Amino acid sequence: MFSAFASAASLAIVLAAPASLVRLHGVDIAVIAIYFAIVIYIGFYLKRASNTSEEFFMAGREMTAWIAGLSFVSANLGSLELMGWAGSAYQYGILATHWYWIGAIPAMLFLGIIMMPFYYISRTHSVPGYLHLRYGDGTRGLSAICFAVMTVLMSGINMYAMAVVMKVVLGWDLNFSIWVSSITVAVYVALGGLRSAIFNEVLQFLLIWLGALLIPILGLIEAGGWTNLKAQISARMGSEYVHLWSTTAHFKDNPMGIHWTGIVFGLGLVISFGYWTTDFLVVQRVLSAHSLRAARMSPIIGAAFKMAVPFIVILPGLLALSVLPVHLVPANVAAVTGQPSYNEVLPLMMVRYLGPGLLGLGVTALIAGFMSGMAGNVSAFATVWTYDIYGAFMNKKASDSHYVSMGRWCTFIGVLISVGTAYIVQHAASIMDYVQALFSFFIAPLFGTVILGMLWKRATKAGGFWGLLSGTCTAVGLWVWVDRDPSALRYVALSPDAKAMAADMYRALWSWLVCVIVTIVVSLMTRPRPVAELNGLVYGATKLPEEHDDHWWQKPIVWAGAIAVVFVALNIIFW
Amino acid sequence: MRESLSIWFFSGILLLSYGLLIAGTGFYLLAHPLPKSSAPVLSQLHPDIWWGGLMTALGLFYTVKFRPR
Repeated sequence: MFSAFASAASLAIVLAAPASLVRLHGVDIAVIAIYFAIVIYIGFYLKRASNTSEEFFMAGREMTAWIAGLSFVSANLGSLELMGWAGSAYQYGILATHWYWIGAIPAMLFLGIIMMPFYYISRTHSVPGYLHLRYGDGTRGLSAICFAVMTVLMSGINMYAMAVVMKVVLGWDLNFSIWVSSITVAVYVALGGLRSAIFNEVLQFLLIWLGALLIPILGLIEAGGWTNLKAQISARMGSEYVHLWSTTAHFKDNPMGIHWTGIVFGLGLVISFGYWTTDFLVVQRVLSAHSLRAARMSPIIGAAFKMAVPFIVILPGLLALSVLPVHLVPANVAAVTGQPSYNEVLPLMMVRYLGPGLLGLGVTALIAGFMSGMAGNVSAFATVWTYDIYGAFMNKKASDSHYVSMGRWCTFIGVLISVGTAYIVQHAASIMDYVQALFSFFIAPLFGTVILGMLWKRATKAGGFWGLLSGTCTAVGLWVWVDRDPSALRYVALSPDAKAMAADMYRALWSWLVCVIVTIVVSLMTRPRPVAELNGLVYGATKLPEEHDDHWWQKPIVWAGAIAVVFVALNIIFW
Repeated sequence: MRESLSIWFFSGILLLSYGLLIAGTGFYLLAHPLPKSSAPVLSQLHPDIWWGGLMTALGLFYTVKFRPR
C-alpha cells in the first residue's frame, strides 16, 4: 500500500535470474541471527505485559511520543518501500522524493495538530471505531471489512514480493523466506500484541537507518559531492532528473509524465492525507500514546524522520545513475535481456560499498523493514477484526480475556491468510496488481468521510455511508474504465501525455471529490444528530482539553511549524 | 505486570553487539584484506571500523543509560 513497487507483479519476472547478487559471510549470518533472536525474545518478554485487551490491542496506551512516533514511521518503512523507491529514483530521478515530502509531511502534521485530538479524546481503538461513534454501524462495518480483507491480502503480497527479493538478492528459497519471516512475526505479535510490534518497529527503524546510511555517505564521497553528482546526472540523463518542481508545468517535461496539479492535489491532498490520517495501520501506533500531548507529538516527530528518509532511499537511486557501471532496465526488459532491473538498485549499491559484517547489517535492514510492515498489518488486522467486526457484529458481550484470546488467534490466522495469499500470487502474479489497486480505492474516499465527520457538525449517518460507498465505487469505476480502455487515461488525468502515476493521483482526487459532494448533499437532505451527541467527535462541538506546557517551545504547534519551515525550504532548495 | 526493560536498552544491546562484530571484522580485515577483485569500493576508508566503532559507542551509551536498576 502506498507502495513503491509500482507493479509488484513485475518481481515475479526477475525470479528467472539464476544467480544471487550477494554472497554472505559467516559474520553476516551472525548479524542476521542476532536480530531474529532479539525479536523473538522481545515477544516472549512482553507477553507478561499484554494480558488485557487495552494492553494487547493498544499497548496499554503507555507509549511515549518518541516511541509512538518512530513506530508510526517504521510501520510504513517496509523493505519494498525502500527498494521500490530507490528503483523509482533511478527511473524517475529526484521527482520520487515527492512521495516522502509533499506526499507525507503536510498530512502527518495535520494529523498531529488537527485530527489527533478527536481520535484521542473519543478513546476510540481504531479508525472504524471512530466512524462508529460518528456515523454508526453501517459506515464502521463497510470500512472495517474493507480494511481487514485488504490488510491481510496486502500483507501476503508484500510477503511474496519480499521472498522474491530474497531469492534474487541472496539466493534464498521462496518457501524458506516466507515461512521463517511469517512465523517470526506471528510469534512476537501474538505473544506481545501491539506493544511487541511497536518495540520491534523501533528496533527495526534503527536497523534500517544504520544498515542503509553508509550507502549515501560512501556514494557521495565517490561521486565527489552533491554538486558533482547533479552535474553527472544532468550530463547522462538530463537536468529534469535533478529538479523537484521546475519540470512539472507540463506532463511531457518530466520523466514521470505528471503535472504539478496531480502532485499537489492528488498526491499531496488526497492520497497522502488519506493514507497518513485514516489508514489504521499507521494511526494505531499514535493511538497507543500515553497522553494527548504525546499523541499529537508522535506524528510530528515521525514527520521529522520521514523528511530525512530520502537520504537513504532516493539518494542511493540517484547515486546509482552516476556511479554504477551497469545500466538498469525495467523488470520486463530485464527478464529478456538478463540485465539487472530498477528494483535491484539498492542491493547493487549495498554490494558495491559494504563488506563482510556491514553487508549483513544491510540485509538485516531489509529483513527488518519487511517484518515491521508485516507486523503492522497483522496487528492492525487483529484489532479491527476483534473490535470492529467480531466484537461489534458477532459477539458483543464476551469477556475481556476472550477478546484478547481472539486477538492472539487472529494474529496467527491473519498470518496464515497472508501466507496463503503469497502462494496464490506465486501462481497468478496478476492478482497482485488487482489487490494493490483495490486497497487504493478505499483510502481516498475514507479520508473524505473522516475529515467531514471531524470538521462538519452537519454531516449525518446516511451522508457518511453513501459518501464513502459512492467515492469507493467511483474509484473502482475509473480504474476499470482505464484498465479496459487505456486511452481513457486522457480523460481521467486530463491529458493525453499522462502516465500511470498520474492516473493514480487523479483517480484518488475524483473519488475523494465524489465522496465529499455526496456526503454533503445527502447530509443536507437528512436529519442531523443533536450537537450534544457530537461532543468529543467534531470540531466546534468539542471542548478540547487545555495543554499545559512549561515553555512555549514545548508546544506541538511550535515543532510542527519548525518542520513545516524545513519542508518548504527543502522544496525550494531542490526546486 | 509491566515491562521493566526499556526499548532503548534493547536497542543498546543490539547496537553494541553489532558494533563489536562489525568493528571486529574490520580489524580482522586490516590484517587479512580481501582480494582486490572482491573488495568493496572505498574499502581503503575502512568504513567497517569507524561505523562499527560508532555503533559500539552508541550501543554502550544506551545499554548503560537504560540498564535495568
